[in-house]
Amino acid sequence: MSLAVEVANVVRSFGRVRALAGVSLDVEEGEFFGLLGPNGAGKTTLISIIAGLTRADSGAARVLGSDVIADYRKARRALGVVPQELVFDPFFSVRETLEIQSGYFGIRHNDAWIDEILHHLDLTAKADANMRSLSGGMKRRVLVGQALVHKPPVIVLDEPTAGVDVELRQSLWAFIRKLNRDGHTIILTTHYLEEAEALCGRIAMLKAGRVVALDTTKNLLANVAGLTVRLVADRVPGAWQPRLQSQDGRVFVLGLDRYADLEALLAALRVDGIAIDEMALQETDLEQVFLRITGSGRPPATGSTS
Amino acid sequence: MIRIAGAGWLTLLYKELLRFWKVAFQTILAPVITALLYLLIFSHVLESRVSVFGGQIGYTAFLVPGLVMMSVLQNAFANTSSSLIQSKITGNMIFILLTPLSPADFFAAYVLGAMARGLVVGLGVFVVTLFFVPTLIAMPHPFWALAFVLLGSAILGTLGLVAGIWAEKFDQLAAFQNFLITPLTFLSGVFYSIHSLPPFWQSLSHANPFFYMIDGFRYGFFGLSDVSPALSLGIVAGCAFLLSLVTLALLRSGWKLRA
Repeated sequence: MSLAVEVANVVRSFGRVRALAGVSLDVEEGEFFGLLGPNGAGKTTLISIIAGLTRADSGAARVLGSDVIADYRKARRALGVVPQELVFDPFFSVRETLEIQSGYFGIRHNDAWIDEILHHLDLTAKADANMRSLSGGMKRRVLVGQALVHKPPVIVLDEPTAGVDVELRQSLWAFIRKLNRDGHTIILTTHYLEEAEALCGRIAMLKAGRVVALDTTKNLLANVAGLTVRLVADRVPGAWQPRLQSQDGRVFVLGLDRYADLEALLAALRVDGIAIDEMALQETDLEQVFLRITGSGRPPATGSTS
Repeated sequence: MIRIAGAGWLTLLYKELLRFWKVAFQTILAPVITALLYLLIFSHVLESRVSVFGGQIGYTAFLVPGLVMMSVLQNAFANTSSSLIQSKITGNMIFILLTPLSPADFFAAYVLGAMARGLVVGLGVFVVTLFFVPTLIAMPHPFWALAFVLLGSAILGTLGLVAGIWAEKFDQLAAFQNFLITPLTFLSGVFYSIHSLPPFWQSLSHANPFFYMIDGFRYGFFGLSDVSPALSLGIVAGCAFLLSLVTLALLRSGWKLRA
């Protein structure tokens, strides 16, 4: 398989802040790839470098084999980017916005595809409305439309569902999934971990400008114990201390490999005479993987980063 | 769907034209009215008191080409600078930066858009002032006038491009306009012939490139000028060329836009 995006040893600093400290990763054609990380991890900087919006201090990035600087025309034709900020040009209507964006790529008479985009994004009724009159969710969909006008084989979405209501998010994801099935490579950054878990085949986790994990979503989930038990008690049995994932006062979170381990845990608690106030069992989700790997005390905030 | 390689800049030009045309009241009509006010006030006060070119032409007739050129220059500057700062502040610049448009495409589209706005406003001012000085229609050297108006609008459009990319806030842009563009325009001989100035200010005016734009443009109307029109054309064309080279180099470097 050939590579949709290659990033090799990319370093980028802003003043004394090192946004990317040597990032390398490859995304294969046809993948649905997730880019996760806490605020300030460098996700948007990495996307900006791939899109040619920012230049790397060192290292290289390629889109479908074209260097983003030396061969920027080919690289940018191959790439569609949905930016994180809700930006628009207040002078134009939805259709004008899409026609103009299409024209920048040298594409004329693109009406059939623009109509299809409007239809899939549920914007047909708003085609002739001025951008200013649209709701936030509609503007977000126009941004998605603008990224697609030139039918790019690789699509990058930077937090595309921030501020979009649940119903709309579902339809947006259905559309992105369809694009992926049709052969488009999708790269997604998101704060909604369950979303990444449900959509992405492979995930890179970024922290402080470095890739701290890069694997299939399945492997990432498998690498963390399959189950966790949340326990409210005075203490946990000594033999179970190594299984302790986190502790907050009397709240303990323990990792289990399988359901059968629960039996052993309960037995150990009984032997030590520890009373259980509360107990809950949950399967591992990406959020726990994320917390384990990035080592941050709490899940990333939802909302926008810069 | 048709893909025409290298045609993207035409869309950017179209967008730039549409942008000012959609608000023509403010971008075209308003500057024409302003120029008309200048004409009414200055010609009323000064017609009988100021003698230009040894009394060969009336002050009002002298003033008109100056006002036309001033309007062209100011509006060409305003077009690129305001378009860019608005795109930067609202963030929609990203739509252009994500495309395969080259630095030369970007430059050509923005500067031609600015020239178009400048020329439309200039033509508007000229047409309106013809009611006051109808004899001006008989220009002895229209092609000289055209050359200066094209080069002048290109220079100011390019300066507006640089200012728009440089400025991060509207007040920085206003500073560029108030402390550079307006003084250079007003002190270039729009309202007077530099021969009426004391020698020191006369020689200082020769260091102002805007002076040559206006003096050369005026030559097209009267066949009279403070310095030789060929010299003016050489200086103005040289400025346009150098400024374009510098601006293209800035755009290629990604200065401020792809920081």
